[in-house]
Amino acid sequence: MLVTPVALTGGAVAIGGRPVLRGIDLRVETGEFVALMGANGSGKTTLIRALTGLRPLTAGSLELYGTPFERFHDWQRIGYVPQRTGATSGVPASVWEVVASGRLTHRRLLRPLSRVDRTAIRDALEVVGLADRARDGISHLSGGQQQRVLIARALAGEPELLFLDEPTAGVDLPNQLALTSALGELKSRGATIVLVAHELGPLADLVARAVVMRDGRIAYDGAPLADHQVHDPRFGETHAHHHCADDRSRSRHDHVPHVASPLEGR
Amino acid sequence: MLDLFSYEFMQRALLAALFTGMAAPAVGTYIVQRRLALLGDGIGHVAVTGVALGLLTGIAPTWTAVVVAILGAILIEVIRERGHTNGDVALALLFYGGLAGGVLLTGLAGQSAANLQEYLFGSITTISVADVYLTMAFAAVVILVGVGLAPQLFAVSQDQDFARVAGLQVRTYNLLVAVLAAVSVTIAMRTVGLLLVSALMVVPVATAQQLTRSFRATLFAAMALGAFASVGGLSLSALAPAGTRVAPGSTIVLLALLGFVITWPLGAWLRHRQLLRTPFPALPPDAGTPTDSHEVGEHPHDHGPDCGHVAVPHGDHVDYVHGGHRHAPHGEHYDEH
Repeated sequence: MLVTPVALTGGAVAIGGRPVLRGIDLRVETGEFVALMGANGSGKTTLIRALTGLRPLTAGSLELYGTPFERFHDWQRIGYVPQRTGATSGVPASVWEVVASGRLTHRRLLRPLSRVDRTAIRDALEVVGLADRARDGISHLSGGQQQRVLIARALAGEPELLFLDEPTAGVDLPNQLALTSALGELKSRGATIVLVAHELGPLADLVARAVVMRDGRIAYDGAPLADHQVHDPRFGETHAHHHCADDRSRSRHDHVPHVASPLEGR
Repeated sequence: MLDLFSYEFMQRALLAALFTGMAAPAVGTYIVQRRLALLGDGIGHVAVTGVALGLLTGIAPTWTAVVVAILGAILIEVIRERGHTNGDVALALLFYGGLAGGVLLTGLAGQSAANLQEYLFGSITTISVADVYLTMAFAAVVILVGVGLAPQLFAVSQDQDFARVAGLQVRTYNLLVAVLAAVSVTIAMRTVGLLLVSALMVVPVATAQQLTRSFRATLFAAMALGAFASVGGLSLSALAPAGTRVAPGSTIVLLALLGFVITWPLGAWLRHRQLLRTPFPALPPDAGTPTDSHEVGEHPHDHGPDCGHVAVPHGDHVDYVHGGHRHAPHGEHYDEH
């Protein structure tokens, strides 16, 4: 019997004391390709950060591969592709070096890279089609190529469960196609994939299940929808007749206020 | 004049300079990578209080400075972690607190200003045998950790979220970098002084990255440059004409900056060249580009590998950049791409 990779029950997340996600029940089975969708501010990025443990849950329980999150240490089964803003830093880094850091889940402290590690890094670069750019500095790449490097970094760890946060945001069509073929390759190897997307674009062919977020709750969970359905302002509104009068307030999303003092935690 | 280098105090000073020159950029690379270039300065200011505490209590200032600098570094790191974007404000608060505390305590201790000045601007030639060993030991630890844990420290400094999901103890590594920075600051205070300490951590890294494309190359080049600047700067200050007093801290930092001034135009030129030669994106074959064409006769020469025009790959052919145009040879004429 296969263990369920992701099981979140009654999940809630508050940021700075403000409830952002409430009552989230989400199970993802092995081999599924799930897209978390929704408008800006609907909580889809917060949800994926909660699933990876980057945002602590304020209520509910999260199990990864049948293990409660607090006791989960099998990090090599998990891959994570954050939003692209983190691709460059204050010091140059080559594409190869960034991808190589994806092997850390398999490496012990103070051990050099093994042959297996090097093969995995090379394979990951080939899957995203950047093997010829391995020695280039990552800052010399276009935004879409940087996104592919971050995916290669996650692939290098050979994860069974991959989380991607907006991999297609601000990426042009050729790069979206390259990205789609990389994810298709991973899917064909049997990996479970959960990604956040504003619009699916070419990914639509791969997505088997869409979870649509609305105002911090899951509004829809089922077969993929066309992009325009997801962005219908009334989408998933089960009690629209109560609020017909205040359409203006509905268009304003509830963002977390900026914290302005150095000692105020978030 | 070269006799100077046969003096024992000078040899000790050179050894201490070599070790600190390598250790400071080793941790400085990670600090620059996090875009916290001024962290070393913040810790340096906090360490002033540590030195003053030593002067006040009679304990060796090196030890009190290490302890206070480590506490300050941890405090900065904790504030940075909790306050997210406001790391610079946290640094500023500690800057002023540390410096003011140091000045106050030195006053209370009744020490002459010269004594504190030794630590503010460096006094490498008065370093004792015990201090040399201490410096070398601390520097060796910083270098070993900085190089040995490079894969982990690189991942954490590059992308914290990714590192956390990879199962790395991000907070532990962040604190480790802060502690290493504090230790480097304290050992470098004897060479360049607390007020210039950050220069030895940051300037070699800035110089190295003018010419490097990978992190490893940057790390090792920065360590080599730091060692060169320290040893070279110290030697220069020792060779100063009799009657003048040149603080080694100033020559070390100025030599490091000179390296930057020399490499910066070179780096800028290389980056410019790289930009010019980046391939133009290839269009899919069915997408018709609007193209004009020129007769070859309009050119005094044929474009080719040696024509002197910048040749840029464009899909399956080469465009020659010619007076703001992109010329692609096509049979008897050039297409404008």
